[in-house]
Amino acid sequence: MSAQLVTELTILVLAAFVGFEVISKVPTLLHTPLMSGTNAIHGIVIVGAIIVMGTPHPSLFMRILSFIAVVLASANVVGGFVVTDRMLEMFKKKPGDE
Amino acid sequence: MSTTTANLLYLFTIAAFILALRFLSSPRHARLGVQIGAAGMLWAVMVTLSLEEVVTGYWWMFVGMAIGSAIGVVGARKVKMTAMPQMVALFNGVGGGAASIISLVEFHTVWALNGDVGVERGISTVFSALVGSISFAGSMVAFGKLQDLISGRPITYPGQQIGNALIFFGSIALGAVAMATVSFWLLAAAILVAALFGVVFVLPIGGADMPVVISLLNAFTGLAAAATGFVLHSNVLIVSGMLVGASGTLLTTLMARAMNRSIANVLFGAFGKLDETAAAAAAGSDGGTVRSATADDVAVMLAYARRVVFVPGYGLAVAQAQHDVRNLAELLEEKGVDVKYAIHPVAGRMPGHMNVLLAEANVPYDELVEMDQINPEFPQTDVAVIVGANDVVNPAARNQPGSPIYGMPILDVDKSHNVVVIKRSMSPGFAGIDNPLFYDPKTVMLFDDAKAAMEKLIAAVKTV
Repeated sequence: MSAQLVTELTILVLAAFVGFEVISKVPTLLHTPLMSGTNAIHGIVIVGAIIVMGTPHPSLFMRILSFIAVVLASANVVGGFVVTDRMLEMFKKKPGDE
Repeated sequence: MSTTTANLLYLFTIAAFILALRFLSSPRHARLGVQIGAAGMLWAVMVTLSLEEVVTGYWWMFVGMAIGSAIGVVGARKVKMTAMPQMVALFNGVGGGAASIISLVEFHTVWALNGDVGVERGISTVFSALVGSISFAGSMVAFGKLQDLISGRPITYPGQQIGNALIFFGSIALGAVAMATVSFWLLAAAILVAALFGVVFVLPIGGADMPVVISLLNAFTGLAAAATGFVLHSNVLIVSGMLVGASGTLLTTLMARAMNRSIANVLFGAFGKLDETAAAAAAGSDGGTVRSATADDVAVMLAYARRVVFVPGYGLAVAQAQHDVRNLAELLEEKGVDVKYAIHPVAGRMPGHMNVLLAEANVPYDELVEMDQINPEFPQTDVAVIVGANDVVNPAARNQPGSPIYGMPILDVDKSHNVVVIKRSMSPGFAGIDNPLFYDPKTVMLFDDAKAAMEKLIAAVKTV
């Protein structure tokens, strides 16, 4: 097993614990925004899409595949954040309480 | 810039994402959190664009991002709040699809460069390619079910589970052989078989179990993204993917617990499949007499009550009656009635579905009360109004050990002084079982579509 893999696995496990810790504090009221917010966060695959698109490919087919990945990932990111923001905008307290 | 510098700069993105989730712990700061998260994402994109290995294809990227963003913005702006579960399924699916394609392309690149991909990278490549593909196809089927393009009832056939298991292991075997023989086309075939598995995996799961399925697919996409991080050696992908994986896993467990069923039972139990004999028995059963009421009767009851609790369910979403419920509640509040909303964790088609709908109708979130908080209050409640909910208020879950939903935590509406059930007909709920609540002497039925019933009630309350 390479040293790099061990480091990456360490990061993975720590991230899992941070994730459980942070998310267990989210109230049920906000479970839908949590779901669409995490949806937007996994749009981070856009990073991967840019990397594979930016690598020189001899074949057009690979470029087309990468292009599809870029389109899908950006729809994921932008749609996810916009819809979550739209939802959270609606959650208000009783008028006058603030 | 070098990968090391990039990994350093990606730390901002990681911190932003963790903060975004942290801020979701209160509705007060949640929106700020999401904006921080979006800023983190933008930062990650800029850092990635200046990576030293990104040397070409800029035009493709910008055009692709423009198209994707346009789709995302239009979809996110246009979608109705009642259709939110479908939208979440869709965005979830495209993320999984992207992860899968990235692994496939990266496999091709590394193989063309080195002639081999190595065991470690091979495993993460296959994992991300297959899980991403399952998530993509599964989400599309979930979308179809929620959008009513496919029947929401479980679709089953003989030998289904064995067949599904064969498809599942077949895709893994293909993936393994693809790595051993370093074959691009075999990996592509494995991805297609995994997609087929995604389809057959979600088909037998019923609409009412969608809160569990969507959470699970969300976890899958997160894990696929994390695995892509191993393929590309990108820490930001590993951390972000795993955060989503953790969130999805947690929600999946919470939803299954709220139905008192194991995750395995939800996924493989084909719950809610219409059993001919049981349905016939339910239709023929004579649990007692049902009292039906007119809108005027109910209006009087509501107008003179001290405390009213509304119990929304999926029927409210279908009828898009959230604004009308809010209007009725406001009218009652003007008359001095204390109004609250009781929210069951699995009411609707995704976690927290009802909260979003009622928030859209401007219901202040402090009036939305969770099951554990509202249950002790039902004995002091004059009228509980059930709008399009059924199984989540079925007392059989509490007192009929033979019932399929026995043990599921429910809203104890039968403990309030009066119960009004707004329902189109006597047909059983999703679980296909009879609801003794309807035969309770305290219960009156108002047979109507949720929206029409609310409009009639508003008119009637005004004249009381």
